[in-house]
Formats: sequence, C-alpha cells, structure tokens
Amino acid sequence: MSKVNAILQGTLNWVDERFPLTSLWKDHLAEYYAPKNFNFWYFFGSLAMLVLVLQIVTGILLTMHFKPDASLNASGVPVAFASVEYIMRDVSWGWLIRYMHSTGASAFFVVVYLHMFRGMLYGSYRKPRELIWIFGMIIFLALMAEAFFGYLLPWGQMSFWGAQVIVNMFSAIPLIGPDLSIWLRGDYVVGDATLNRFFAFHVVAVPLVLLGLVAAHIIALHEVGSNNPDGIEIKKKKDANGIPLDGIPFHPYYSVKDIVGVIVFLMVFSVIVFFMPEFGGYFMEYNNFFPADPLVTPPHIAPLWYFTPYYSILRAVTYPLFGIEAKFWGVLAMGAATLIFALLPWLDRSPVKSIRYRGPLYKGFLAAFVISFLILGYLGMLAPTPARAIVAQICSVIYFAFFLLMPIYSSLDKCQPEPDRVTSK
Amino acid sequence: MKKFLTAILFAPLLAFASGAELHLDRAPDKSNDMAALQNGAKIFVNYCLNCHSASYMRYNRLKDIGLSDAQIRDNLIFTGDKVGEPMKIAMQRAEAKAWFGVAPPDLTIIARARASEFGSGADWLYTYLRTFHRDESRPTGWNNLVFANVGMPHVLWELQGDQVMGEDHKLKLVKPGKLKPQEFDAAVGDLVAYLKYMGEPVAEFRKQLGVIVLIFLAVFFVFAYALKREYWKDIH
Repeated sequence: MSKVNAILQGTLNWVDERFPLTSLWKDHLAEYYAPKNFNFWYFFGSLAMLVLVLQIVTGILLTMHFKPDASLNASGVPVAFASVEYIMRDVSWGWLIRYMHSTGASAFFVVVYLHMFRGMLYGSYRKPRELIWIFGMIIFLALMAEAFFGYLLPWGQMSFWGAQVIVNMFSAIPLIGPDLSIWLRGDYVVGDATLNRFFAFHVVAVPLVLLGLVAAHIIALHEVGSNNPDGIEIKKKKDANGIPLDGIPFHPYYSVKDIVGVIVFLMVFSVIVFFMPEFGGYFMEYNNFFPADPLVTPPHIAPLWYFTPYYSILRAVTYPLFGIEAKFWGVLAMGAATLIFALLPWLDRSPVKSIRYRGPLYKGFLAAFVISFLILGYLGMLAPTPARAIVAQICSVIYFAFFLLMPIYSSLDKCQPEPDRVTSK
Repeated sequence: MKKFLTAILFAPLLAFASGAELHLDRAPDKSNDMAALQNGAKIFVNYCLNCHSASYMRYNRLKDIGLSDAQIRDNLIFTGDKVGEPMKIAMQRAEAKAWFGVAPPDLTIIARARASEFGSGADWLYTYLRTFHRDESRPTGWNNLVFANVGMPHVLWELQGDQVMGEDHKLKLVKPGKLKPQEFDAAVGDLVAYLKYMGEPVAEFRKQLGVIVLIFLAVFFVFAYALKREYWKDIH
C-alpha cells in the first residue's frame, strides 16, 4: 500500500512541477475558506454551474441530430422542425435529452434570478466584490442572448415570430436601424440564413463567452472570498494560522452540502421533465408545436417567461420623444432595465450590506421592486390592453426608482449595527 | 408608502380581466385504453390519412398500443409503405392548396399544438371534430364552432349526420348519421385519444420512468443528507 502511495505521490509531484494542480485544488476547494453561515440562498450559484453543464452536455447530444435547415421536406414541414421531432421519436433517449435541454433553459433562469436576488439581499455586489457582480451581469446578458438564439432553432411559430419581433426592435434605432436588422437576420425576413447563424451563435460563440465569464466570475470570487448572509467580512477575524475564524474549507463542507441541494434541485427538475415538460405552456409554448409559417402571424406573440418582465417594460413605453418613435425608447428602456443592475455597487450607499441590518426604507423599496418585477413578468405574457399598459407603466417606474433613488434612500435608512462575527439563523 | 403598495397590489386585478373565451368540451381520457387507441388509429388511417400526413410517426410505432407488425401491415397500411416508414400521403401539397385553399397540415403533433389556456389539445380536437355544422355560405358547405371558416369539410359526416346552427346558437342534429350521438362522441373520443398518443408516443413511458427516477433521487437524498450531517456536526 505504501508503495502505491509513493507512486501516486511521485506522479503528483511530477505534475505539480509542471502544472499547479495541488495549489489549484487547495486555492479553490480544500483551502478556500467560505463563511460557515451560508443559508438556502447560497445553493443557487453551484446549481447554476450544474445547469450550465447539463445544457452543454445535452446540447452537444442534440446537435448530433438537429439540422439547422429552414427548407421544406417532402411533407411540407421545415427540415429543422422535423429534425426536432425526429429526435423526440427516433433517436434513443432523444426525448429525454430534448426535454432536459428545454427544461434546463428555464431552470437556468430560475436559478440565475434567485442567485442575483441573493446578491441583492445580502449586498454581495458591494466592495470588494464589484467585479464579481459585473462579470455576473455580463453572464446574465450572455445567457439571455444564448436563450434567444436557441429559441429560434426548433423553428416553430413562436421561434420564428419571436425572433422576428426581437430583430425588428433594432430597426427602431434611428438612421442605421433598418440596415442593422437586415444585417442581423442575413435576409429581409427571418429565414434560413438567420437560422444557421443563430445556430452558430447558440452552439459555439455564446457558450465560449459564457464559459470564459463563468471562470472569471469564480476566479474573482475566490480572490476576495465569499460574502455571507450577515454581509460582514470573515477575513477581518483570523486565527494564528491566518485562517478566518468563521471560515470553513469549501471542500468537504460545502461540497457535501451542495450535493444535498443538487439532489433537491434534480427532484424538482425531474418532476417537470417527466411529468409536465411543457409546464403548462410556460417552458414550451403550445404554439411552437406548429412549424414556422412566414404567412401566418399568430394572434398573440409572447416571449418565454424569463424575458417577459423586460418585454413588458419595452411595451410600457408608448410616448414618442424628440421626434423619434416610441418603439426606440422602449428598446432603450428595456436595455437599461437589464443593464442597470451593474450599477448597484455604486448606487448603494448603505453603511451595511445585508438585508438583516438594513432599515425599513430599503426593505420597502426591495419589496416594491420584486412585486413590480413579478407583475411585469406576468403582464408580458398577456396581450396588451390599455389598463394593462398603465399597470406596466407604474411597475416600470417602480423598477427604475428602486435603482435610481437608491443613493438617497440607502443613505437615509435607519440601519442596525452589524455583528462582529457571523451569526447562524 | 403603504397606500401606494396596496394600490400596486390591487391594480393588476383590473388589468387581468381576460378577453374572448373559448368553451371546449373535455375530451375523455383514454390514454391507457388500448382498444380505444387501436380504434382511434383505425379511424385515423381511414378518415384523416388521405389528406393529412403524420410524417414523424412510423407505422410500426403502433406496437406501443398493442398491435403487431402483421396487424399493422394488414389493417392499417393502405399504401405501398413498409411498416418502418412514416405515415405519408400521396396527395401533392400544391394540389391540396388549390382544392382546399390551404394545404392540410401534418397531424403528428396536432394534439400538442392545439393546447391553450382554454383546454388541452385533446379538448380542442374533441370539440372541433363534433361541432361541424351546415353553412351554405362556405365553399365546402360546412363551418365549425371552434375553427371559424375552416377549409376542411366535415369528413366524419357519414358517421355523425347533419348538424345546423339553431336560432339559439346551439347545434341541432337534423339528419342522423350511421352512429347514434353517444356512439359518435365515443368514436371521436377514441380518435382524439389516438391523436394525443401520436403527439407524444413516449408520454406514458416517460411518466413511468419519472416515478423510478424520483424514487432513486429520494434514496440518494437520504444518504447525501446523512453525509452532510456527519461532516457538519462539528460546525457551530
């Protein structure tokens, strides 16, 4: 046995002289000290990594049989649409791979939204974690691009008309808009050229960017250390060996804890994949089981649920300004709504980070923001009416007020003192 | 602030009052009734598969609903197709478009596509196939309650008979068909059950497998949670 150990140790030494294997292991797992008081909200970072891996693996398997081809086959069905049904029926376990991928797309947004909300609850974006937050925001944008490109691929009615609506938004930009939208589509309408380039973006370009950003996100996190539900720095109190008193090694403590989270997540995920893969039309829109037909516009075009808050904000802007049509300002408002999160580290002037020690003003604004976000998301799924437009406008104002008024209310707020050491609640 | 929040909470209620409603009859659930599914397959190949293809559905997939290759070949294939081939039709799409105004759509996944907030795709089909009525203003002489000005004539007419729209906007059977109304509803129920099966042949197996996967995860959870407890017992 000792001989085997000696050989293993020798091999490890050989590798370590050429590649920092042991130090990587220590820096990121065995001697990465995470606060010991992580709660429920801290599962979603590792779950986002899990879903990313699931999407990449199932995605690679799907590309083996998917055909990005908008031409019609002998039965008059677009080849891309028919290839998805081929995967669902004739490829061994194809249905499972496809449902895991379609459910994974929604699951990705669920865990990422909860992960972002965790950051807002406990002030994880505050100094010194601004770059982690900004990398995270770029991941969020890349994820939205990835979802948008991927949704065109099954080439159903909603795929087609959703892409048509989104690409047309760019035509609202003054002067360059119309040419820009043709350049994006590669055609005057969404067509075969669009399908092929979206496929290239979805399977190669955006995933590469995502992986790079996720690496940067984690490297930055491990450089400064994790925040925690108390929003205090564990590195301020260290023992004689320089180890934070409230820190525990990520491995094995959080690796075994995250496995429990992974199993609970997989149970929820499996309930959807195996029993309700369409999730009542929210994860797979019913209309998308009709093949794309450029001649038949669906009565109601709605994006998938994870885009609907922003879609609502887009539609809420109904006033032309400076002689430029309202649609352009809507596009700007929608863009601003997705990007404004990145400013949080500088908008927040509170002396404390965590919601636990913040005063009533911040809590009220955060609650109003969350409620507005949910209402906007719900409204974005429905056809617009005048009454709904007014509600969406009110909610959009609250959405932006949460951010833009933050420098004022966060500094006025009556906060409680932070504890010296982390607490376990 | 509180008043403002209350206003925000209740304003949506006004906004979400919904528009047009579509009333659909509930299709009977015959997902596990092999005799009904086989009868539905028979009606499908006899009445639908002349104009509509089911081009993602292979004939021999019908083994799922208890048929053998020989039974499929002898009873359900009226073309020269082999049992391993998908359900295609001879009619040319361009001709079909000239005849009906629109080429009849492929029906493989129609039961999934017709689902909406008003009911399942099966509910839509069950209502659609039973609400054809005479309308002399239409080129085919037929109209439909859930699919206004539909291009398809009432293909099941010889089974159901003639319905007309009464003054009270209700359908009345004025000329009986080969089947009594209850028998016709049952036959349409079988056909719709078949269309639902064809939309996702793996659906029943998917649910059975799901139970096994969840049991596995539940067992895994017990061990994973015990492991976590063991590691964390010293952390306070």
